[in-house]
Amino acid sequence: MAAEPSRDVETLLRSALRPIEPPENFAGRVEETLSAVTEAAAEELSAWAEELSESELRSLRDPRNWVRPAAAIAAGGVAAGGLVLVELRRRGGGKRSNRLSGLADQVSEIADQVRDQVRNRLD
Amino acid sequence: MSDSEKGSATAEESKAELDRAFESLYRDHLRDVYSYSYYRVGNHHDAEDVTEQAFLQAYRHFERARRESNGRPLRPWLIRIAHNLASNYHRDRARRPQRVLEESEPIAAPHPTERIVEGREELKSVMEHLQHLPDDRRDALIMRFALGMDNREIARALGRSDGATKVLIHRAIKQLEEEMSADGS
Repeated sequence: MAAEPSRDVETLLRSALRPIEPPENFAGRVEETLSAVTEAAAEELSAWAEELSESELRSLRDPRNWVRPAAAIAAGGVAAGGLVLVELRRRGGGKRSNRLSGLADQVSEIADQVRDQVRNRLD
Repeated sequence: MSDSEKGSATAEESKAELDRAFESLYRDHLRDVYSYSYYRVGNHHDAEDVTEQAFLQAYRHFERARRESNGRPLRPWLIRIAHNLASNYHRDRARRPQRVLEESEPIAAPHPTERIVEGREELKSVMEHLQHLPDDRRDALIMRFALGMDNREIARALGRSDGATKVLIHRAIKQLEEEMSADGS
């Protein structure tokens, strides 16, 4: 069995590895991104929902409810529809060009997941 | 109310409950995920990206993770996501071709030790040695000391047994101790 570790190094590590607080505005930014991604997924689903019958649509009700995270509520809502896509493009500009493809992937994957969930519940 | 309407209402209640649980997870562990990301990538800019991506992934898989956790805390699962993303970050950086000078960003300090250690050489030394430990040892120490995770949580985050994790942490501390001693720290 392993012996107890050295107290000195442990004390040093405890002092050196202090928890790091996120920047002040960061929590809001994560919430907005979560909202933007899920809203964009909802937009994608809205187009898909047009293919459903009236009864299926009644079951589905508002597709945004299937993907809207609590974080969106905490953030006080974000721009929907085209504005979200503008926002995603805006975030994709400059130094963070890799972020756009990441977010676009997230949108597609979330939309796929929700489609599957809805289909399962309608079956 | 029809069966269809009842089913829809139940689904909405279930979704609302899931959303509340995710919001709680997010609020409880934002600092943990950020701290872990920060110590892994060494700067705020990339720590923000890793943290953001970690919560996006967590949101996508939250329902299943919750179902499979059998009531156990989800922090290790969340940290495991951040752990994998940080590993991808380092892998991508290693593969990225060198850019021309004009496009290069300033080189980020491996760790902003000057802010954290406030000039204390001893702490600065331990941070420098920490960065040179094997990845699994360094990551386990970050989880233990920056996040306050116990052996069981670390074991779940790293996908190891409790016993193996205990040995891993012991060896990590011993290696640090030996290397600092050899350096006269």
